[in-house]
Amino acid sequence: MPDKENIYRLVPSTCVYCGTGCGVLLESMDGCLTGVLPQKDHPVSVGSLCIKGWSCHEFVHAPNRLTAPMIRRDGELVETDWETALEAVAEGIDRARGDGGPDAVGFFASARCTNEENYLLQKFARAVVATNNIDHCARL
Amino acid sequence: MSELAEIIKEKLRDGADAFLCLRDCEGTVIPALISAGDEIELDGVQVGSLRYPLEKILARLQERYPDKRFAVLARGCDERAMIELAKLEQLDLDRVVMVGVACSAGEAEACGCDRPYPGEIVLGERAEPAPSRGIIDEVESLTPSERLEWWKEQFSRCIKCYGCRNICPMCFCKECALEDPKLVEPGVIPPESPSFHVIRALDMAGRCIDCGLCEEACPAEIPLRSLYRKMREIMEESLGYRAGESVEEKNPLSFLGSEEDIEKLEQED
Repeated sequence: MPDKENIYRLVPSTCVYCGTGCGVLLESMDGCLTGVLPQKDHPVSVGSLCIKGWSCHEFVHAPNRLTAPMIRRDGELVETDWETALEAVAEGIDRARGDGGPDAVGFFASARCTNEENYLLQKFARAVVATNNIDHCARL
Repeated sequence: MSELAEIIKEKLRDGADAFLCLRDCEGTVIPALISAGDEIELDGVQVGSLRYPLEKILARLQERYPDKRFAVLARGCDERAMIELAKLEQLDLDRVVMVGVACSAGEAEACGCDRPYPGEIVLGERAEPAPSRGIIDEVESLTPSERLEWWKEQFSRCIKCYGCRNICPMCFCKECALEDPKLVEPGVIPPESPSFHVIRALDMAGRCIDCGLCEEACPAEIPLRSLYRKMREIMEESLGYRAGESVEEKNPLSFLGSEEDIEKLEQED
């Protein structure tokens, strides 16, 4: 058998799809995310999920998921490394902010990120760039 | 060390490769697979008061690790599920070590369970069965057309989360009728009533072992357990079969003809 931690494991987490915050148990087998169970004693969702919650693991290993950052060059999206991508983003934000002030910049978070990543993005928008222009595709 | 922890150590020593039970994980009690059996791993193992479909997890573990033996906690409903899954060739009972858990009288009462204990009890004490028909009596007092309206009203709350199917220990099909666009129109909520729920109820015939996890998982509080319990009653009345109660008895929906004919054919083979 593989490493005992990897055979089968359920990890309590929070569904990323909307602001309700239902309790999910992410299931991994052999270190791969394989499914979801509702957390039965969760104070918000008490053992129920909607169809998005029940499927919230599916995008992780989806074959068409981007695995590297993309940058648009001459109208075409091409794969690049993180340093180049972040450099381009930083330059773009800096330029827009310099030309039009903080509110010339907006941020769009994602339900496919973790809640922590989304929290960081809004913190970055508000505390670093100084704008409240932050939204999320699953805002309820 | 708790009684369960001692039992887990014993089973791992006696040839089980891993033990599926419940365990306190940062304050929430959830299914866990114990394989090393050291003190850290055994810390917080328990029977738990909330039920998860352990046998569904077990069937997948067996599929992934065909040469391993797994031990598992088994309440009455878990045992019924495992027996029926074995008949449907989803589980190999020879590779399962069941550790029987009797539900408390309070649990049996809350569940309306007519067999709140497995064949062999290792943990807990046998409580008296507390059979309940749920809301069946109430619904049966209505006329057939009122009854249909009553159910349609219940089904109208369905948000089509598929939770009843996903949590069900007896649902394992690779292709599900509820995802067939010819039977269930995609993207429509609530699903067509009553067909969506009738499809599932029919699929529960001879399968439902009355664990009630479906109703517990339903965000719309549809009385699913009573619906499938009625199906269980029909199976018993018309075919004399109660899913999950006997290892030997064949499921009447798994063969055509009489049981004697099948046995004769098997002998000829």
